[in-house]
Order: sequence, then structure tokens, then C-alpha cells
Amino acid sequence: MVWMPLLPTLILTAGALGLLLAEAFRRPGSTTGMAWGALGITALGMGATSALATWGTIEGIYSMVLWDRSAFWLSLTILVGAGIAILLSRHYLADRGIERGEYYVFLLLAAAGMLLMAVAADLLIVFLALEWLSFPLYVLAGFARPRVESEEAALKYFLLGAFASAFLVFGIALIFAGTGLTNLNDLAAWLRRPDPDAQPLVWVGGALLLVALGFKVAAVPFHLWTPDVYEGAPTPVTGFMAAATKTAAVAALIRVFLIGMGPALALWSGPVALMAVATMIVGNGVALLQSNFKRMMAYSSIAHAGYLLMGLLGDPALAVPGVMFYLLAYTLATMGAFAVAVGMADPHGEDQSFRAYAGVARGSPGMGTAMAIFMLSLIGVPPTAGFFAKLLLFAAAWQAGWVALVMVGIITTVISAYFYLRVVVAMWMGPGEAARLPGPYPWVRFSVALTGVGTLLLGVLWLMLGGLSL
Amino acid sequence: MADFSILTWMLLLPLGGALLILGLPRDRVGAIRWIALGTSVGVLALALGLLLGFDPAQPGPQFVHHWNWAPSIGAAYRVGVDGISLWLVLLTALIFPLALAASWTIEDRVKEYMALMLLLETGVLGVFLALDLLLFYIFWEFTLVPMTLLIGIWGGPRRVYAAVKFFLYTMAGSVFMLVAIVALWLLSRPLTGTGTFDPAWMAAHLSPLLSQEAQRWLFLAFGLAFAIKVPMWPLHSWLPDAHVEAPTAGSVILAALLLKMGAYGFLRFNFSLFPTAAQELALPLAILAVVAILYGALASYAQDDFKRLVAFSSVSHMGFVMLGLSAMNPLGVQAALLQMVNHGLSTGGLFLLVGMLYERTHTRDFRELGGLWKALPVYGGILIVVGLSSMGLPGLNGFVGEFLVLLGAFGSAALRPAAHGLTALAAFGVVLAAVYILTMILRVLHGPLPERWRGLPDLNGRELAIMAPLLVLILLIGLYPLPFFAAMQASVQYGLAAVAQPIWALR
Repeated sequence: MVWMPLLPTLILTAGALGLLLAEAFRRPGSTTGMAWGALGITALGMGATSALATWGTIEGIYSMVLWDRSAFWLSLTILVGAGIAILLSRHYLADRGIERGEYYVFLLLAAAGMLLMAVAADLLIVFLALEWLSFPLYVLAGFARPRVESEEAALKYFLLGAFASAFLVFGIALIFAGTGLTNLNDLAAWLRRPDPDAQPLVWVGGALLLVALGFKVAAVPFHLWTPDVYEGAPTPVTGFMAAATKTAAVAALIRVFLIGMGPALALWSGPVALMAVATMIVGNGVALLQSNFKRMMAYSSIAHAGYLLMGLLGDPALAVPGVMFYLLAYTLATMGAFAVAVGMADPHGEDQSFRAYAGVARGSPGMGTAMAIFMLSLIGVPPTAGFFAKLLLFAAAWQAGWVALVMVGIITTVISAYFYLRVVVAMWMGPGEAARLPGPYPWVRFSVALTGVGTLLLGVLWLMLGGLSL
Repeated sequence: MADFSILTWMLLLPLGGALLILGLPRDRVGAIRWIALGTSVGVLALALGLLLGFDPAQPGPQFVHHWNWAPSIGAAYRVGVDGISLWLVLLTALIFPLALAASWTIEDRVKEYMALMLLLETGVLGVFLALDLLLFYIFWEFTLVPMTLLIGIWGGPRRVYAAVKFFLYTMAGSVFMLVAIVALWLLSRPLTGTGTFDPAWMAAHLSPLLSQEAQRWLFLAFGLAFAIKVPMWPLHSWLPDAHVEAPTAGSVILAALLLKMGAYGFLRFNFSLFPTAAQELALPLAILAVVAILYGALASYAQDDFKRLVAFSSVSHMGFVMLGLSAMNPLGVQAALLQMVNHGLSTGGLFLLVGMLYERTHTRDFRELGGLWKALPVYGGILIVVGLSSMGLPGLNGFVGEFLVLLGAFGSAALRPAAHGLTALAAFGVVLAAVYILTMILRVLHGPLPERWRGLPDLNGRELAIMAPLLVLILLIGLYPLPFFAAMQASVQYGLAAVAQPIWALR
């Protein structure tokens, strides 16, 4: 059963390859079949994830992968993000004339890499997963070719991503040089009785890992790529990157720092706390200045990376379930917000400024309501899922003594209310006529309904079903 | 899951009404309005049933519904009503049907409007009924969203500014309360295993363990959220904007109910959870209250806009409420509770009257009004009664509340040595109230009637029906307030046990 932790990854990979084969023999025309196929494969992956949920903890392949509660929640979140991204892509691609079957193959492959990250228990797997998830994303970011912004996004993401990978691999090399280990549990054991001569190598290696993962999670000061890439990439891909990539990157952070570097907490907690503070302040602060929805969501994504970093520092009994739930809540709200953006977008232009949203709630009150729910969840207003998520992370950080961090967290939360509200204000209170657009496609409607109801009820459901003990 | 209590039905009914309305096609405006009104009348009927079944002798919560919905963090759905919340619940149940009836003139997006009003009703009732800190916070924040949308969509010219300011201002206070709730929960975890959000348990087992400094910080964190809501001077600046820009029903609910949530929070949580800090901070609280009384009255006098005048008078009246609460004796607190109801009736009534006038004249500027008694005799008569009630004329409800607040503050041990001086200053506020109310009456009703207002129609049947219950209660409380005090006495004495007892030991 050593392969079991890899089951979701393998399903998605095999499915992606199968789709690729199908693409080769597919008659030209609509890619609806490919989208259905991708959805089916994602559902299969979810089935496997749920089936594994009852298995408890499984170590596999020489302890290089590990299935546990965290892996379950991370995999589930990634698959939710991927599923909704597929739903949103179907008509988005067709309307813009960039309908190509390989899109879904890349999306599934990226998700497979993320699923691998969720079970990583070895630095080599972390590296492998990071590369695996990144390469398809580079392609996806540029999928709206020949739109210049999209190509720019792809190139930027690729160059900076390659840089980050170099940091990661060099960090792993230094840790290996110092300890002879790549397994995270062994590394933790080594750190409990470290060899003083080799320690500096490990510290430098750890710092490099923090930089690389900070880049992927979009933490300040490694966040600069985010707004441009988010703005340029096709909107469903942006949502997928904001939600699922973040989940995978946080998975890596949890595995590497909470498990592998856990015993050295005293050393890295300071820098991580600084990063968290800078990320919350810069993310929320700069988001205030945005007038474009996608750029605003990019800074929002940065800001949430800050709250998640806070989760790394919190009391693990609260923080680990807290981070898992936060990621799921954040994924639902973010994917939902991008779903509304896809639904409201003019199919021929890419105007995502707040002006483009003015008054649309008059014609589409359902979309307006859903967007309000997503924004409230991202702020953290009860009873949405985002409220309970933030509550847990703040509680965890407070419990661990990070009072100042909690204060920064709540003050930036209030600041964030302003820019999230701007979207609601534009949609509900802006001047504008009713229903210029034919209205969103059923696939988009379905995504919005799913994420909307999920965002509204998930927090309460999660706590009713067991909450922290899940 | 315990038995459903009547209170749970009161919370679910407006929610169900809102969902029903959302399911209706938007052009069935008539049905939507009647469903909304019917739902809120149903809540009122339940509330009256509650009143009949209420046992005034029992100090603790009644009609309790307890359900441990989130066992892993110890959060419970726990609602109940006691003498402190009883009248506020009834006031809520009364004000909503009136506000909905006053919203008959809303024509734009009726469906959304009515659904939001009903959601707001659930939220406000929840705030007064919740006996669990997390549940309280959820309802507390939940009221924010519909109110913001009501102001922002159906409000006046500066509605978006007012709505966003209202949201941010209130939220900035609330998050500190949230942190304090989290801190209390974390402190309760070692004692209970999972932690708890039960304020009664905390008051009994946790508060005695808190250091004075911890109590002070937690008091301030809760207090900031409540002080913004009340609003206490100098945190009141959101209020004139929100009140003035909100649609009539929004102003009514804001003044009559949402402001009460802040004062209620002080009494329910700050006093019982942090008793020693409360005693220490009673005097600063009272000083701010007196400043609010005088400042609100003076600012009110300076207004040329009818609605702004009423808005600032709220600051002044809520100052009386806070003064009564900070007296921390049964007399002051009971008077404050009654004064909350009084303010709900009189200021709610004034906002309704402002709205009715505005619908006729489309201006609220005193400089364009005047002499209206000739054109609107019925309106004028009602305006005078409600105005005098707000002013505190003996025989009407305002007098009972304000007089007893002053009496309570005068004899307060918690406010010594400044009790007498503060009471004297606050009493001067009553004089100022006469100045701004009488000026308002003068400028609206007396003087020459401008030619263009000559043909204005007087109040119609719907509007009279809205004002009638308010007038009856204004007179009833003014002439025979005893039953109102009788119902709250036991709970107030019980609730004040923590703050009132050790005070003699301290000084």
C-alpha cells in the first residue's frame, strides 16, 4: 500500500495523459467533451481523496510521501479549485477563441503536481512537486496568446518562477550537504541534536527554502510578480493560481517548516513573523489603491498569504486545522469571486475595472448577492466561512503569544473591508443599467451557486461536523 | 438538540420570510410587501406571547434554547431572555412592523429591500437574545451587512459614503471585541478542555481569575465596539451621516434598535465579565456620557436639517442611557433600560415623522419649512407629542427615564466623588433638550406657511396606524411605568451583583 498516498496524484496524471491522447484524435471543434472529461477525472480524484480520508496516516515509498489529515484537506481544496476552474474555462475559452483541448490537460497536470505537494514528506518530493505544478501553470498563464498581457504574464511568471526554483534546489542542496538528509522527519530528528559544524549550512539552506516558498505563496517581499501575472492570465487560470497554487505552496511551507524545520522554530519564527506582517500590510494596503478587479484580487491573495503565514507560527493544535480550513474557505471565496468575474466579463474585452461592474446587481441580483458573500468571507464577516477561518488563525497566533501579529491582522482586516466593499458598492450601488449582458452561462452559474452556498454554510457545517477534530 | 424555544421561532421566522421573498418574482411587489409585514407582525405576536409567559420574579434567562452546535470549540447556540433583554426584544418586535409599514413608499428593488429588512430583524433579535459570546458576535456583525446595504442602496445623495463609513467604523470596533472574545475563549480552554463562549460561566469561573490589568484591557476591547455603536462621544461621527443618508426605515431601526445594542452590550457583557474594571472605569464612562449629553444637545440645536437634528439628539439621549448604566446601581440601570425603550419610541417616532414630512415636501431644511400646522394639523399634533416625549416632559415616557437616570447617578457610589457634579451637568442637558426640541417645533410648525406647502395632504390612514402604537406607549410609560420596571428588577439586581457588591469593599 506504499503507493496509496499518491493515488489522487496518479489518477489526475493518468487522466491528463488520457485526455492528451484523446486530444490527438479529437475532431476539431468544441472542447466541451474535454471539459467533461477533465471534470470527471477531478471528481474521480475527489473520490479517491475521500476514500483515503478514512485510512488515517499512511507513509509510502521509503517515507517520501505521507498521507494524513492535512493531506486530505489540502487535496480536497486543490481539487475543488481545479474543478471550479474547469467549469469556468469551458465558455470563457470558447468566447475568446482560445479553445484548445490541451488547456484541460495542463490544468489537470498542474493539479496533480499540487496533490503531490500535499503528500510530500521529503525535500526531493517538494522540489519535484513544485516543478511539476509550475510548468503547466507557465503555459496556462500565457494561454490567452496573442494577448500581450497574457504572454507577459507567462514570461514573468516563468522567469521569476525559475529563479525561485533555483533558490529551492540550492537550499535543498545545502541542507543535504550539511546533514546528508532530504527526508523531513529525519531532518527534524537531526535538528533536535544538531551537529554544530553543519548547522550554518542548514540555516542558509532553510532561508533559501523560505525565499522560494515565499515566492510561490506570494508573500512580501517576493510578491512582485503576482499582480501582473494575475491580471494577464485568463481569468479562470488566475482563480486557479490564486486558490490552488496558494494551497500547494502553503502545503509545502507546512511540511518543510512545521515538520522538517519544526525543532528550529525559534530561529525561523522571527523572519516568518516579519514576512507575515509585511505581507498583511503591503497586500491590504496596496489593494486599497487598485481600480482593477483582478489586480485587487492579486493583492488580496498576497494579503491572505500573510494571514496564512501567521498560521505557521500559531499553536499547532489550533493552527493546523485552522490553516486547512482557511485554505478551503479562501479557495471557495476566491474561486467564487473569479466565477462572478468570468460571468460578468464582456466576452470580447477584458475590462475588469470596477467601472465594468457598476450596477450589475440590478440586472443580476443573484451574481451580486454571491459576490457580496465572497467579499464578506474574504473580509471575515460572520457567518461566512472566512470568519471562522480567521477566528481560528487569530486564536492560534494569540495562543502562541503573537499578540502583535494578531493586532496587525485585525487592523489590516478592517482596512481590507474597504477594498472588498468597493466591489459590492460598485455592483449594488453603482450607477448603471440593468442587464446589458445575456447573463452568465449555466456552467458559471453552477460554480457561483456552489461556491456561494459553500462559503455561506461551510464554516457552520465544518464546526458542526467536528471542527478542530476533523 | 434541546426543545425549540419560542425565541428560536422568533429568530427563524424573519429568516424564513426573507427566503420566501427571495423566491418570489420581483414584479409581485404587493405580495412581497405584505409577506414582509406579515412576517414581522408574526414576530410581534410571538413577542407578546413571550411577554405573557415571562416570569418577572426569575432573575436568570428564560425560554432558553441550548444546543452545543460546535462541540470541538465549545460554542453553543444558546438563546434566552431575561429582564434586561425583554423590553428590547419587544421594542425590536414592535419597531420592525412599523418600519416596514413606513417602507410602503419604497419602489426601487422592493424584493431586495424587504428581504434585507427581515434579515436585519433576525440579526437584531439575535443580538438581544444570544447567550453565547460567539453567537452574539455572529449576530452583532450580521446586522452590519443588511444595514450597510439599506443605507447604501436606498439612501440619500451621499449614501455610499455614509454606508461605507458606517461599515468600517463599526467593524473597526467589533474586531477588537472579537480579539477579546478569542482571548477569553483561549483562557477558558485549560479549564474546560474545549473552551467555552458562555458568558455566565466566564463571569463565575474566569473573571475572578483575571488580573485587574487583563480585565481593564478586555473591558476596553469590548467597550470600544459597544461605545462606537452607542455611540459615545467622541466616537459618534458615523452617526449623523448614517442616520441622515439612510432611508426612513433604516434611520428608525438604526436609532431605535442598533444603538441599543451597544448600551445593552455594556450591561450584558462588560459589567458581568469584568466587574472590577467596570467599577474602575465607571467614572470615565460617565464623564463621556455627560459630554455626549451636552455636546449632542448643542449640536442638535445648531442643525438646519430636520433629520440631522434628530440624529444629534440621539447622541444626547444615549448619553443619558450611558450615564444611567455607569451609575451601576439598580435605579440607574433600570432607568437606563427604560430610557433605551423611550428613546426607541420617541426618536424612532421622530425619524418616522421626518420621513413622512420629507415624502411630502422633499426637503428637510428648516429654512424652507414653517407654518405647517396650518396645512397638517394632525401631523403637527403628533409631532408635538413625540417631540415633548423626546424632550422629557412630565407625563410622557421621556421624563420617567431621564429623571430616574439623574436620580440614579446622583446617588451612585460608583461615580463618587463626581456624582453630584455630573448629575447637575446632565440635568442641564434636559434644559438644552427643551431648547432644541421647541426650536424644532417652532421652525417646522409655526410661523407663516409658505405658499407652496399650502395644499399638502395630512397623514393618511397607514401613517396614522404607524404612529398610533408609538403614541399609546409614550403615554402609557409616562403615566404608569411600574410594570416595565417590575419585569426588569430581578434580572438587574442579579446582573449588578458582581459590580455592586465589592464596591463597598474597595472604597
